Amino acid sequence: MNDLAKAKTYKSEVKPIWCPGCGDFAVLSALTKAFAYLDLDKKDLAVISGIGCSSRLPAYLSSYGFHGIHGRALPVAAGLKLARPELTVIASGGDGDGFSIGGNHFLHACRRNLDLTYIVMDNEVYGMTKGQASPTTKPDWVDSPLTPHGTGVRPFQPAAIALAAGASFIARGFSGDPNGMTKLIIDAIQHPGFAFIQVLSPCPTYRPEQKLWKNQVSSFPHAPTDNPLEAATRLYADDGMSSGLIFQSQYPAWQQTSAVTASIHQFEEEFIV
Amino acid sequence: MSILSCTQSLAVTGSGGSGAITVGNMLLQIAASSGLYGIMRRSVGPQIRGGESAALLRLSAQPVSGPDDRFDLLLAFDWLNADRFALEIPLDSASLIISDSAHSEIPDVILQSGARVIQIPLQQMAADISGGRVNMIGLGLLCALLELPSELSRTVIRSTLASKGEAAIEAALQSFDAGARYETSFQLPCPALQGGTTAARWNISGNEACALGALQGGVRFVAAYPITPATDLLEWLAPRIEKIGGSLLQAEDELASINMVIGASFGGVCSMTATSGPGLSLMAEGIGLAIASEIPLVVVNVTRGGPSTGIPTKSEQSDLNIALYGQHGDAPHLVLAPQNISDCIQTTRWAVQLAEILQTPAIVLSDQFLGQSRFVIPAPEPVVDSDSIARLRQIQHSASATPYQRYLINDSAISPMALPGTAGCSYTADGLEHTCTGKPSSIATDHHDQLDKRQHKLTRYAFGTQWAEVQGSGPIAILCWGSSSMAVLEAAERLQQSGQPVKVIAIRLLAPAQTAALERELQDVSQLLVVEQSHSQQFYRYLRAHYALPAQVQVYAKPGPLAITPGQICQALQALSGESI
Ligand SMILES: Cc1ncc(C[n+]2csc(CCOP(=O)(O)OP(=O)(O)O)c2C)c(N)n1
Ligand code: SF4
Repeated sequence: MNDLAKAKTYKSEVKPIWCPGCGDFAVLSALTKAFAYLDLDKKDLAVISGIGCSSRLPAYLSSYGFHGIHGRALPVAAGLKLARPELTVIASGGDGDGFSIGGNHFLHACRRNLDLTYIVMDNEVYGMTKGQASPTTKPDWVDSPLTPHGTGVRPFQPAAIALAAGASFIARGFSGDPNGMTKLIIDAIQHPGFAFIQVLSPCPTYRPEQKLWKNQVSSFPHAPTDNPLEAATRLYADDGMSSGLIFQSQYPAWQQTSAVTASIHQFEEEFIV
Repeated sequence: MSILSCTQSLAVTGSGGSGAITVGNMLLQIAASSGLYGIMRRSVGPQIRGGESAALLRLSAQPVSGPDDRFDLLLAFDWLNADRFALEIPLDSASLIISDSAHSEIPDVILQSGARVIQIPLQQMAADISGGRVNMIGLGLLCALLELPSELSRTVIRSTLASKGEAAIEAALQSFDAGARYETSFQLPCPALQGGTTAARWNISGNEACALGALQGGVRFVAAYPITPATDLLEWLAPRIEKIGGSLLQAEDELASINMVIGASFGGVCSMTATSGPGLSLMAEGIGLAIASEIPLVVVNVTRGGPSTGIPTKSEQSDLNIALYGQHGDAPHLVLAPQNISDCIQTTRWAVQLAEILQTPAIVLSDQFLGQSRFVIPAPEPVVDSDSIARLRQIQHSASATPYQRYLINDSAISPMALPGTAGCSYTADGLEHTCTGKPSSIATDHHDQLDKRQHKLTRYAFGTQWAEVQGSGPIAILCWGSSSMAVLEAAERLQQSGQPVKVIAIRLLAPAQTAALERELQDVSQLLVVEQSHSQQFYRYLRAHYALPAQVQVYAKPGPLAITPGQICQALQALSGESI
């Protein structure tokens, strides 16, 4: 089987609800290519999401999946990984799902450093609810009737926040660069810890101006660093449109050790008068 | 023999740090070692350190259910914030108060009971002992008054203080002896307890009992966020679950807890969380997800006074509504409530088993009274093999039909659930309405079919006789649930002895409502008393919604934090039957 045909076996029969031109299509296909490259057995693969256009992704894959509730992809993924460490577990969703309603889980997933991959399809808008501002929306974007004067709030900086929260793998991809994205996903899955990829994934429906992203995105001029100070300096100097692996460090992945050393019967004996 | 034969109710109070709770715990253990049964409730103030605390004991030669109506004795180390607990320690002219002469200003709320007051120079006695402790002097005094064997007391003191070092133990023993030797010119207002037993007994709290039941049921993953009064349950579990191959994770909040539990259970590991009201509120959406995606899990809710932050340290039965109706949409699930301490083990174990079989969340409604009280109980029947977990979940091992139908509609309405790792069965679990294969669908027929399926798996299941405990017969009945069942049973016993038999129906399985079964039990009942610890009569309203009740119904609903006592129930029942005469 050639690579493309193999990648296709990771797609399900369910037809995506996404609008034509939605960046999420490219993420789906990069994921399947990464799975094919890594030759993952789809029975041992689970993709977990929250709610949003982007969060529809698991249903379009032939692996195991969980399409949960808004903002909670990471805890479901964490529970699954803790229960079944041998599985490859990937969490995915949108910028609203991950950085607004699920923001607290994002911070703690970064610091907990479970061996998970988290892909956020960032379109700087709430697509599913028809075009409201998200945490990554620029303050002067006035196209949503919900924030007629713009949000007036500085945007959330996903990569810098992940760094501060202790993530051990931080990358930015672009759906207009499918090969680069596939490579990042492969590296992220192979990374033994929490790997975060912010994917710039345009929403042509509510943010048609994002069609220009393809002219604005460029590669990070540096090789990835394992020095958080260096990474922070680079991130602060960046306009948010550079793609590539930014930071990778070998913090130990958090694991629970549980060997059977006692029996419930012994616990019962503690109560005997 | 009856629990009424003879019991002693004692309260030990003092500001935080006075060691009142330690005295209570030791006294319970000493009484237990000497062959008695007993209960120790805890009532503490909101302060983290330095607030008031009260250990409320009731001892007997027979198994004790809940608190009595009054206290025989109050030992007060000081009177800090006495007004805050005075109502919880009803005293009368037959009661005795022992207080430290160093704190001679006894508050009016206490004095107005008319109880006899004895002042003893506890502080002064402690000052005469190097490292002397007032509370250990108090313990010595109590043990002497209760005629508890001093050798046992010494053993309990030694083992409780083992980690504090020999000097501390020596000081405690000397203090204990000083208290025990103190020449008392008075006696306890109640006779000493006779006829201790050598029968096997356990000293266990309700929180420990729920945790043990969960492990026995097969729980091997827990994610939770600390909250009073559920924290002790988690703290008991954490070091133990990892020794039997499971894990417990302290999550960032309850939203994470419930969703982690969902993820772990999706992965095939039997999972639960424990929380209290505010946490249960946060979990509401996640529980709905588990209902829609048919994920088994257990939530133990140790109820405290609500709404909002309410009274975190004290008990109430006021989370019934949120447990039953907390989800949006039509969301059938299981709600169970243990009725006493050993039932905390059984009901939680049963909840785990039901959740696994029926692939839906089970909420177990315990409360602060059950959870944080220590009880000396007859040792429960051993679970045949508590370490081998029965696989109750219907698990799909391989694909039989293509495509695999995770939400297949069949006779039992329970469809086989494939675990990740099973070839040919991959599916996406979904909180969106879905088809039989799990594909998202907003088509009316799919919605109706899946709503029916999720309802039918609960209504078609035969829950057996465990749905309630029924005792007695006749035209007058008391209907209750959860922890107030203990006071109801004692009330029924008192009424029986005074020639007024009543039937008691204590519901364990609150949802799904067992309408036919309860109505059968109510067939010959013409007068019904409903007992519950809530302000808005949540239980009564639930009963009205699901069951045909007799024509004459009276409700005894009292909010926390005061305990419901047997005497109050007897009075309420007499008012009910009096009306009909
Ligand atoms: C608790 C809750 N609040 C609100 C919503 C409504 N809602 C659905 S998706 C969404 C935002 C989606 O935005 P994003 O996560 O950025 O994903 P996108 O649709 O842009 O891919 C919101 C607010 C919900 N489903 N649940
Ligand atoms: S609304 Fe935007 S994010 Fe949603 S599917 Fe359409 S293009 Fe994609």
